[in-house]
Amino acid sequence: MDEEIEEKQTRSISEIVSLVEALVFVADEPITVKTLADVLEEDRETIEAAVEELKQEYEDREGGLQLREIAGGWQISTRTEYHEEIRKYLKTRPNAKLSLAALETLAVIAYKQPVTVPEILEIRGVQSASAIKTLLDKKLITAKGRKETVGRPMQYGTSKDFLLQFGLKDLSELPSIEDFEDLTQGI
Amino acid sequence: MEQPQPEQLSFDFYTEKPHLVRESRDELKLTLGNFAGPLDLLLYLIKQEQANIFDIPIARITDEYLKYVRLMKSFDITLAADFLVMAATLIEIKSKMLLPQEITQDAEEDAEDPREMLVRQLLEHQKFKNASQMLYERVTVEQAVFPRGRVESDENNAETNATVFDLLAVFQRILSRHTEEVQMEIQREEVSLSEMLKNLKKRIFETKELSLLKFFEEMHTRRELVTAFMAVLEIVRAESVKLVQTTTFGDIILRKV
Repeated sequence: MDEEIEEKQTRSISEIVSLVEALVFVADEPITVKTLADVLEEDRETIEAAVEELKQEYEDREGGLQLREIAGGWQISTRTEYHEEIRKYLKTRPNAKLSLAALETLAVIAYKQPVTVPEILEIRGVQSASAIKTLLDKKLITAKGRKETVGRPMQYGTSKDFLLQFGLKDLSELPSIEDFEDLTQGI
Repeated sequence: MEQPQPEQLSFDFYTEKPHLVRESRDELKLTLGNFAGPLDLLLYLIKQEQANIFDIPIARITDEYLKYVRLMKSFDITLAADFLVMAATLIEIKSKMLLPQEITQDAEEDAEDPREMLVRQLLEHQKFKNASQMLYERVTVEQAVFPRGRVESDENNAETNATVFDLLAVFQRILSRHTEEVQMEIQREEVSLSEMLKNLKKRIFETKELSLLKFFEEMHTRRELVTAFMAVLEIVRAESVKLVQTTTFGDIILRKV
């Protein structure tokens, strides 16, 4: 019995790093530190250290893969520079691009969420119904309940898919909207 | 209908140069999907005129703007509707600026510049335009990164657990559903009283004698039973048919007289 307990405690840091790598590898979606900690029955700090170590290993190796933090979890993926060859193999093209209208609507929603349709209209100066539908269809935004105001309009916010597709760890990683102001002075 | 000559119209997101696509001789196609709206057009015009956004030459910009709107209106009326609101706003501002300013005693309370609202809206719009440019760059970079393919697991592919017996069970369920459906069809066949009566008469005339118990047993539903019973009552009333019972509580025979 003592042996069993001992066995668990004697996991070396390099062993944990290897386990983390194995789990990140098999995970379909970005795997969170919490999940890793739960599965391995290690504490958060240990896992965080192991993830950092692993990330460093990938960087030092300068191979075809990278470990990155995205949408609140960790993921192993290919490096950007090899996308052409990978696309050739996968026979895929970059996803259909969003229209300018959809992108703008998405930007408004990302920065102003939760936001209602009339609020979007005010900023964009155009009706955005079809753009909102496109974004909902692409699962980039989701309905986030109703606003307790006249007419109880639906509010929208960005989804997890948004973080994934735009390569964001979380919403706080978006640059501040005020940073874009400087660019407008040049006009 | 004569279409106007191709002119530069809508905006390319990256070069910000308006363009119009000529598809064939009589067909002009506007890439309107790329067109972000009246604020965009206004920003473009201000930029082209090299005007200061905080001091927009409203008369000149309004003229330019209306020129575009008129052209667009000839192509796509519903889109132009959005732009017409802006046109009206511009004209309103223009006319307000033509009016002599009221001289106010209070120096601090300067008459508000009629353009102020518009400028604020333009600046706000410009911010989000830049933000969407940033999002575009992000998504482009992100699309160059590939995660690994999906792993087969029970969660994402429950079917892998199925055996031949599961298949059999499913097939049996399909079969039983099929029989149920057939039974339902039988129930749907409802016999009317007159049909039942005709049928009963035919039977009695053919066989001279008919066991009521046997006749009722042929019925499938309660409704049919009721109809059959009513047919028997009717035939006894109208036709010369006798009801014969040989033993108490025994079978009743319908006999043709």
